[in-house]
Amino acid sequence: MSDAILTLEHVDVGFDTDDGSVSAVSDVSLSVAAGEIFGLVGESGCGKTTLAMATMGLLPVSATVSGSVRFQGRELVGLPPEDLRRLRGDRISMVFQDPMTSLDPAFPIGEQIAETITAHRDVQRSHARDRALALLADVGIPEPERRYGDAPHRLSGGMRQRVVIATALANEPALMLADEPTTALDVTIQSQILDLLRDLRQRLRTTIVLITHDLGVIAQLCDRVGVMYAGQLVEIATVSEIFRAPRHPYTQALLAALPTQHQEPGSLRVIPGRVPNLIAPPPGCRFASRCPHVMDVCTIVPPLAHESADHLIACWLSEATREAGRPTGAATGGAA
Amino acid sequence: MSVAIPNVPARTSRRRGILTSRKGRVGFAILLALIAIAAFAPLIAPHDPNAIDAARILAPPDLAHPFGSDALGRDVLSRVIYAYRVSLGVAVGSTLLAFLFGVPLGLYAGYHGGWVDTLIMRPIDMVLALPALLLAVALIAIIGPGSDVALLAIAVIYLPILARVVRSSTLVVASQTYVEAARARGTPSRRIITRHVLPNAIGPAIVQATILMGFALQIEAALSFLGLGAQPPTSSLGVMLADGRDFLTQAPWIEIFPGVAIAITVLAFNFFGDGLRTRLDPRGVAR
Amino acid sequence: MSPRGRFIVRRLLLAIPVIVVMSVFVFLMIHLVPGDPVQTMLGFRATPHNVATVREQLGLDRPLLAQYLTWAGGLLHGDFGQDFISHAPVSTLLAQRLPVTIELTLLSMTLAVLVGVPLGVRAAARPGAVRHLSEGLVIAGIAIADFWLGIMLVLLFAGIWQVLPPSGYVPLLKDPIQNLRYLALPVVSLAFGETAYILRTTRGAMDEVLGTPYISFLRAKGIRERRIVYRHALRNAAAPIVTVVGIQFGVLLGGAIVIESLFALPGVGRLIVTSIQQRNYVVVQGGVLVVAALFILVTLLTDVLVGWLDPRIEEGAAA
Repeated sequence: MSDAILTLEHVDVGFDTDDGSVSAVSDVSLSVAAGEIFGLVGESGCGKTTLAMATMGLLPVSATVSGSVRFQGRELVGLPPEDLRRLRGDRISMVFQDPMTSLDPAFPIGEQIAETITAHRDVQRSHARDRALALLADVGIPEPERRYGDAPHRLSGGMRQRVVIATALANEPALMLADEPTTALDVTIQSQILDLLRDLRQRLRTTIVLITHDLGVIAQLCDRVGVMYAGQLVEIATVSEIFRAPRHPYTQALLAALPTQHQEPGSLRVIPGRVPNLIAPPPGCRFASRCPHVMDVCTIVPPLAHESADHLIACWLSEATREAGRPTGAATGGAA
Repeated sequence: MSVAIPNVPARTSRRRGILTSRKGRVGFAILLALIAIAAFAPLIAPHDPNAIDAARILAPPDLAHPFGSDALGRDVLSRVIYAYRVSLGVAVGSTLLAFLFGVPLGLYAGYHGGWVDTLIMRPIDMVLALPALLLAVALIAIIGPGSDVALLAIAVIYLPILARVVRSSTLVVASQTYVEAARARGTPSRRIITRHVLPNAIGPAIVQATILMGFALQIEAALSFLGLGAQPPTSSLGVMLADGRDFLTQAPWIEIFPGVAIAITVLAFNFFGDGLRTRLDPRGVAR
Repeated sequence: MSPRGRFIVRRLLLAIPVIVVMSVFVFLMIHLVPGDPVQTMLGFRATPHNVATVREQLGLDRPLLAQYLTWAGGLLHGDFGQDFISHAPVSTLLAQRLPVTIELTLLSMTLAVLVGVPLGVRAAARPGAVRHLSEGLVIAGIAIADFWLGIMLVLLFAGIWQVLPPSGYVPLLKDPIQNLRYLALPVVSLAFGETAYILRTTRGAMDEVLGTPYISFLRAKGIRERRIVYRHALRNAAAPIVTVVGIQFGVLLGGAIVIESLFALPGVGRLIVTSIQQRNYVVVQGGVLVVAALFILVTLLTDVLVGWLDPRIEEGAAA
């Protein structure tokens, strides 16, 4: 993909804890095309937020990141902190999960948007203020002039998330990472925020990486989707393809577990088994212990391979994976 | 930082004892030693603390008298050991007294709530609204000086602190399901309090009392230093500090060692208390 | 009235019962003295005539409530009774002594805040050497009793190096430089433990704030770390820090009793101690009352300040 804005190659993230090193993200490679909405889906704890934080350079010191994260052709891993800071909030921005805790409770919301502008642009404060007011109006805050000086607690959750989104858009970033932007909100507010994101994408052509555990959100908003399980990226495909023909057993199980309208009340289908411990994860595919099709070869990490032009899968069931795994696959469980 | 760290199992300690931290164990060990010194003072003290030796007036430390001698030629080490006994007694006694009365008050206030709570906690909050040492001094002004009065005064300062701690942990425990279940079963409230609430609510108070016990030594010393605590011929660490003041430049050892004894004790109680916290007051660490 | 205004008024009203109860306690002090307080005060060589006069002077033969009302009424007019030793009005004594105590405690608290808060902020913001240093300072501050530190400082600065006076006092208005020379050691002794406490509080509050999602979001916005720490985090940590400063002022006032005695500073604390030794109960009453009132005032001011600092108070009061 030549017009890729964000490219991740063999990204590993580990956390040092008292009980050992946690492998939170293992050998993830993907690329996001300019202008698309790319969904990243998986259960909580599968490493999708960690991946976003790694991209932003916001992981705590206990984390070690290896591999390559390229944004607009520029390598971000190992970039000096000050250079990363200049990118954050300017070229790449992020929306957090819980709008109730994303804003500084002691500062007026307008100023929190304006400071994002003055942090990156050498502009007059009045100019930043005007721009912040325009952004507030843009994300659908009524009476921005009156709201500008309000402390966050005077706004509802939905309104706060609009402010957070306005902040993320303040410097017209090329890429926005939205981490569960609707999870903490009521259902009706959720769809309003999703509408807002869709609308903003159309108007501003911002590339969005949307992180969620909610396949419904993916279906509503995204163009392509990557599925993560226990730190590994198992499948990438267009949204229609994922729902129509999921290939990875985990994706299949995930879709099968979706509640449907024809389902009997109270019966929820679940994936049997448990997510493996990531302190000493089993070698190979981390879904193997729950997979109905588990084979001997699954103790080797299956490489992500093109099944078709826009469908990638990392599973030994796939011909493409077997093809990609043949020359080097048996060597180690590490980077393929 | 709010980074979702996936699937880290809850930190379980491999050590099962009550003292999970190294700091706590160090504090505990020092405390044991200090208590032994206080308890076996006559066996440990190298000299008679009251033996006057005209030849050794303000004599500096040497091998036979490692802490030197005071204005009457008495052995400072032996005097520190005996004075420590008095000071530690006051510190432990006052805290236990405060614990004995403060815990039930906090427990009842927290469990019953409503007017019982108001009746108990209002006066306690009033006491907390005054500077603690001023209160102790005022009490001694009324009753008259003495180490037993100092003990009582420190207990009066500590009681409201411990009552408050117990009350807030009781509030948490009393709202737990198992307490509500016991209430629903019709268990008499006295039994609920002693069987269910007390054992689960007392941890933080034990931690707090442990730390307070150390500070009580400081308060006792301050009061005795002012002439409001232990009275001669009884000697406490504060009395020693007051007695040695006039010879500070000639014989600083009289002033240094009692202060060091206080500092070590305060630290030992603090470390021990912090060590207990992990096990007895997990809330205090978690939130 | 704004919710914040209501909050402040409510705090002011809450202080009234505290002041009343405290005055009752102080009033009863003299009646709780075992035996005959007047006899105790005057000593056993006092003539029955003297005892009767002082008793009448104090109004001790009237009903308790009437005595209290007269006494409390006098307080409202600034009448704290009469010192029966010097025969001076207690209010005059207190007026002379109070500025010393206030200067001592205010300077100590200022020093403690000026050292403790920046160190606490830095220890939380960039762990490493500063954090280790602060850990050591906290431990020393906890362990070392203020008056013992004072004795050691006297030993070093007045005894060995002879750069500062060991004790005594010169009024601020008479000679500010000398005044500070005399106060240097008392202030440092009193401030040391306080500094450690404020450092620990600041560090704890900052640790907590720096772990919140909105700090991560500020980082995600590309705000400079300096601004995040000093403008955003410190602003949010301010309420707990101010609360602790207020509470700790009471500890300082208590400590001042010992420190003033140690350094022969003519403050209220020393006045109380010498008056206790002289069984001069009327003066003790006045001193205790004034120090307690001072603390209540400080508590009140901090509450108001915290109410103003904490944006969530508004929300809570409005709900």
